[in-house]
Amino acid sequence: MNWGEFFYMKGYAFYVWGSYGAALLIFLIEVMLVRHRRKITLQNLRMMRDAGDGD
Amino acid sequence: MAINWFKYSAPSTFYGLAGKAIPWFSISSAILFAVGLYIGFFVAPTDAQQSEAYRIIFIHVPASILSMFIYLVMAGYAALGLIFNTRLSSMMASALAPTGALFALISLWTGALWGKPMWGAWWVWDARLTSELILLFLYLGYIALHASIDDPRRADRASAVLAIIGSVNVPIIYFSVKWWNTLHQGATIKFTGTSMHVAMQQAMFTVLVACWLYAVAVSLARVRSIILERERNTQWVSELPEAKL
Repeated sequence: MNWGEFFYMKGYAFYVWGSYGAALLIFLIEVMLVRHRRKITLQNLRMMRDAGDGD
Repeated sequence: MAINWFKYSAPSTFYGLAGKAIPWFSISSAILFAVGLYIGFFVAPTDAQQSEAYRIIFIHVPASILSMFIYLVMAGYAALGLIFNTRLSSMMASALAPTGALFALISLWTGALWGKPMWGAWWVWDARLTSELILLFLYLGYIALHASIDDPRRADRASAVLAIIGSVNVPIIYFSVKWWNTLHQGATIKFTGTSMHVAMQQAMFTVLVACWLYAVAVSLARVRSIILERERNTQWVSELPEAKL
């Protein structure tokens, strides 16, 4: 089996790769959002401490 | 040997524990995704009826199962938080909701892309599809309700009630293909076994475990931020090395 044939998926390429592509994209976006939230949370903690109302 | 479970339900202990667990869940998830998709695309044979289009099953079924399973776990945590008033359970419930919603979205999206070539329609108002759409709306409703109440403990209680009532929908999704005459095919994995080719089963099951590990990793990462946000006025948070920089 060659790669062109593999990606062609006997004519179902759009449906098969559209499914896996969307799933991958959603996973990547979620990981990015979770990392971003951690960054923001830690920034807020430091800002709060520097503002002196940490306790 | 008596294990003090309440020790692990303290947000301060759990925060560190989750931090150590995340890399292991992430790495094993990536490995199992690779193995599962390899089997799914290179070992599993072409389907006699659906040709190559059937390969969508290896993401569609795991995502659908996870969307239902995560909902039940979320409702379970929400109920624990409501009954025992434990902070961490409620935080876990709110950490699971976005991941569950995304799995429901993947399930609907891949279902549409599978439905089009097989049924000739992206969407039909079939019992299975409609109840899965309601599941997505339940997740979104839970997230919106939680976000709309300022006091986090009150938000926990109100959204817990929504999550618990909504869990009625999960058995409806599961049994919908039996109870109603649907266009959606019957259950692929039944309690009594399956009629699938063995490589197809292996691929689907491996991706299912990979998705589960991914869900655990990403929810633990999210709950760590939630813990910090909600415990920001405590001594232990102010003493964390990552907050001291």
